[in-house]
Amino acid sequence: MSQPANQPMILIENVSKYFGSFRALDRVNLRVEAGEVLMIIGPSGSGKSTLLRCINHLEVPDAGRIVVDGITVSNNEAHINAVRAEVGMVFQRFELFPHLTVLENICLAQQKVRRRSRQESEQIAWQLLEKVGIPEQAHKHPGQLSGGQQQRVAIARSLAMQPKIMLFDEPTSALDPEMIKEVLDVMLALAAEGMTMVVVSHEMGFARNAANRVVFMDQGRIIEQGPPEAIFGDPQHERTKLFLSRILH
Amino acid sequence: MAIEHDQIMASRPGVTWRTGLAQFPWWFLIITSIITIMALRIIFDPIYRDIFTTILQGLGVTLYVTVVSFSLSLLLGLVLGLGRVAKNPLLRNLAITYIEFIRGVPMLVLIFTISFAVVPLVARTFGLPNNAVSLTTRAIIALVLIYGAYIAEIFRAGIESIGRGQMEAARSLGMSRVQAMRYVVLPQAIRNVLPALGNDLIAMLKDSSLVSVLGVREMTQVARLSVSTSFRYEETYFILTLFYLTLTLILSLLLQVLQRRMRAKG
Repeated sequence: MSQPANQPMILIENVSKYFGSFRALDRVNLRVEAGEVLMIIGPSGSGKSTLLRCINHLEVPDAGRIVVDGITVSNNEAHINAVRAEVGMVFQRFELFPHLTVLENICLAQQKVRRRSRQESEQIAWQLLEKVGIPEQAHKHPGQLSGGQQQRVAIARSLAMQPKIMLFDEPTSALDPEMIKEVLDVMLALAAEGMTMVVVSHEMGFARNAANRVVFMDQGRIIEQGPPEAIFGDPQHERTKLFLSRILH
Repeated sequence: MAIEHDQIMASRPGVTWRTGLAQFPWWFLIITSIITIMALRIIFDPIYRDIFTTILQGLGVTLYVTVVSFSLSLLLGLVLGLGRVAKNPLLRNLAITYIEFIRGVPMLVLIFTISFAVVPLVARTFGLPNNAVSLTTRAIIALVLIYGAYIAEIFRAGIESIGRGQMEAARSLGMSRVQAMRYVVLPQAIRNVLPALGNDLIAMLKDSSLVSVLGVREMTQVARLSVSTSFRYEETYFILTLFYLTLTLILSLLLQVLQRRMRAKG
């Protein structure tokens, strides 16, 4: 989809979201430029995952507007599918399809959504498995893989749809410590290739090495944002300082 | 229980034979013994043998009614189960209404109602005579309509046992709700409910005896007809019982083997 050079990849305007009477998002405004790697941090319940899930309409905002790559996300099924085709998502709990092999996991949506042939989709799947470093696991089922391997397959599965944006919802928080690096390495490589990424995570290493901007959220609002060295080195708000003092030991 | 056994084994190694005795499937030995004794009686006693061959004539109909009804109720159950979890409130309420209606009425009553009220009513609206549909077909229609509702609840439970994240992952890859259900949720759900479906197949085999009230010549009806002229109540009903017991035992063993194979496959 062609667009004017000044148009952001993701535009979030005045977005609010309620769960019953709980206000998960409170008039959030955010712009993400093409090629930007944005990191969202904040305490649990601050709305960071909800914001991420609004971008591909897994949650429906109660107010405000979200525009992804020039497409306004609305309740229109065709618009939602158009947006989802542009946006890949990686979940905390991987959510691989346990009844399919690794290869089939990566091929399913390619065949059913992108209408690629079996041969073409498998060729793409093999390339991506090489890229995430586990081609030897192609014919296993997800249950036979370690958490780190599963998450790498999940990333490959999303990339197979050739998205313009990748969303990561706490991609390393369900992993054993020794497996975090292998997943972060794949994410770093993606960032280096210029992928637009929105990452909900507290991985400071990733923030320092790859993030262009860090957003701190609390109680459904964006409290402050800036380059990682500014947010981590010299936070302006009391809540940011308090939060960082808790996660940086 | 398992912990108790382990503790006994660990502290008193001499009594392992006791745990062996406790774990031996005695129930199986007892039931197969009963079946064997009855089988010997049938082989050597001409009266038993006569009644056995009489009831045997109904076996085909029993199996036919069971297999056809069960296959069709799987289809109906799947459709109703999907309706039960549909987002569309009209579809969902239609499915719930049907399921609750069926589950709220005794099976025997439903068999009468469907065979002698619903089917003739439908036949008449299509300009057909009341007896246009054979009694065996009515029996199958009744069993399918009843079991469809029961099996729908099994499918619903299976679909709900698959975490929301699977649907979200499929949707976020751009699949429609129907595609996500068909390629991601249902295959897993069906695998989860296979044991429950097996139980319903056995239940269906037993409940097929109820259609004897329609005069369908399955095993129970054949036995009842035979008794009405021979008056050999004890022999006839013991042998009829033996038939069902043997069939359900064979079926549950087959299902167990099937399940073990599936589990081995992963």
